[in-house]
Amino acid sequence: MNALIIAPILIPLATLVLTLLARRHDRLATFFSLAGATALAAVGLALVVFAAEGRILASQAGSWAAPYGISVVIDRLSAAMVAITGIIGLATVVFALARDDDPARSRGFHPLVHGLLVGVCGAFITGDVFNLYVWFEVLLVGSFALLVLGGGKRRLSGTVVYVVLNLVATMMFLLAAGMLYGASGSLNMALLAQAFAAGEVPATANAAIVLMLTAFSIKAALFPVFGWLPASYHVAWTPISALFAGLLTKVGVYALIRIVTLFWPDAGIAHDVLLWVACATMLIGVLGAAAQVEVRRILSFHIVSQVGYMILGLALATPLALAGAVFYLIHHIVVKANLFFIGGIAARLTGSERLAAMGGLYAHAPWLAILFAIPALSLAGIPPLSGFWAKFVLVKASLDASAWIAAAVALVTGIFTLLSMSKIWNEAFLKPHPAGGISARSAAGLRPALWAVSALAAMTVAIGLGAGPVMDYAVAAADQLAAPQAYIQAVVAAGGR
Amino acid sequence: MEIIASITVGLLVAIGIWMMLDRGLLRVVLGVIVLGNGVNLAVFVSGRLDGRAAAFVGESGAPALAANPLPQALVLTAIVIGFALFVFALAVLKRSWELHDNVETDRITAVAEEPAPDLAPKPVADGHATPARAAETEGKA
Repeated sequence: MNALIIAPILIPLATLVLTLLARRHDRLATFFSLAGATALAAVGLALVVFAAEGRILASQAGSWAAPYGISVVIDRLSAAMVAITGIIGLATVVFALARDDDPARSRGFHPLVHGLLVGVCGAFITGDVFNLYVWFEVLLVGSFALLVLGGGKRRLSGTVVYVVLNLVATMMFLLAAGMLYGASGSLNMALLAQAFAAGEVPATANAAIVLMLTAFSIKAALFPVFGWLPASYHVAWTPISALFAGLLTKVGVYALIRIVTLFWPDAGIAHDVLLWVACATMLIGVLGAAAQVEVRRILSFHIVSQVGYMILGLALATPLALAGAVFYLIHHIVVKANLFFIGGIAARLTGSERLAAMGGLYAHAPWLAILFAIPALSLAGIPPLSGFWAKFVLVKASLDASAWIAAAVALVTGIFTLLSMSKIWNEAFLKPHPAGGISARSAAGLRPALWAVSALAAMTVAIGLGAGPVMDYAVAAADQLAAPQAYIQAVVAAGGR
Repeated sequence: MEIIASITVGLLVAIGIWMMLDRGLLRVVLGVIVLGNGVNLAVFVSGRLDGRAAAFVGESGAPALAANPLPQALVLTAIVIGFALFVFALAVLKRSWELHDNVETDRITAVAEEPAPDLAPKPVADGHATPARAAETEGKA
């Protein structure tokens, strides 16, 4: 059982080492990378099966009891996040098989992707605040190198913004972890949650939590600290920016959900602030997208706007709203990564990602038009796709909580999202190509990319049509989040031998 | 003792933030380093500084006034990770200097805001045309 708990960290770590050792043999490295990503997805799904029964898997590093050993905890939310991380990792590696002469398609790609996955999975399963900081750093180092991979002025300038602002956020988190330890004498999330619930922590610990939430807000790209995201995501190589778009901000969202539900489970002033932040994030993000004229820059602003929905679920703090946030996380990661993938294919076929220079895709590649329509309509929340159920639950939860403004903002944001998607549709797909025609040859070697995109589109449809079981899982995950006692008990019971 | 350390933390953080507001990227990176050291010191101080003895637990239990070893372990981890990140930041700084010929933050960030370069199809050996990123060759170092 312990092996399965730690597997989400060990598998990408082993894959990182193997791909690094095999870096001179492209085929072997690619094989290791594919196998590692497949194994991670399989372990994630196995964890979901275990977690679905309602058990919380917990383990202590080195079998030391709770305050001394580092806790690893997998509840329903963590298991789902690990599974979705494995799936997006696999899609990224498969997409990168497509022929592409971007300089980023290099030997460094596979080890760095798995290095990033180590950090992401570690952040999802740790039960220790300082350990969370370490995993954030691991994924940060991987993302720095991936962002700039391939070089060139453009990527370097995007990386400068990304590096500086993420370093500042990380230091704020470290400072908060230090303050929290100084105030409470513990860094174990479960024990801290127990102390918070019993009122045994001094008020200064709350200041540390506020600082920590600010740091996570930068990571999750919430209003007003989202500026780094649209300034950097569009410069990377297509599979890399899709991987970032799918996973990285969501690690920040996950950390926000985890910390707020554990330490401040009852709705308070922090939830009110988060509610306003969520509304502003949704609206400003989608308005920012309206001003953009390049595919990936439009999609980057939509990441910001969509993160607002998840935080709306967290801010309302009712079980239904939390379930909506969890459902939104699962749905959004798949859809957003897929839109970045499809944007990359469209840019490659038309020769540009500027909307003005694109066109003719509907006539030339109707299959791509269908593949684009599925995640695009899902993002906007058109039934019966996955985004509809996510938005439906969140709007219903807002109405139940009498948060009329939040419900209105969520609906308006949905309409603007649809406008934005139809802008891409009109410009890139319907309009004739400005330079005359699309050369059929540019599609050569694209097949693996289409496999990845089709699989993710199928997942979106499946989540939409089979929303019942997924929503049941999300509701059960939200119940665990809303009642942290089970989480605390699992960690305490997993003490040393 | 903690008072002096806390004031030092405040000074380091203030200097770090002030330097990060500078227009030159060199100052920004140095500011990040100063800020990082201030934060490291803050984590260290969070374990209190009244320890007089090493935290070895003997037959008779831990010594009175033993130093708290946990923040020391934490700060050691943070220093190592921070060092790796600073090295990366310095590498980015050096490359910016080479590629952009200056390290003014406004000019550097403006490059990422420029319209995306077009992908020009270029012929390859087997007769197929594959798109290539035009005008990005200077970055292949």
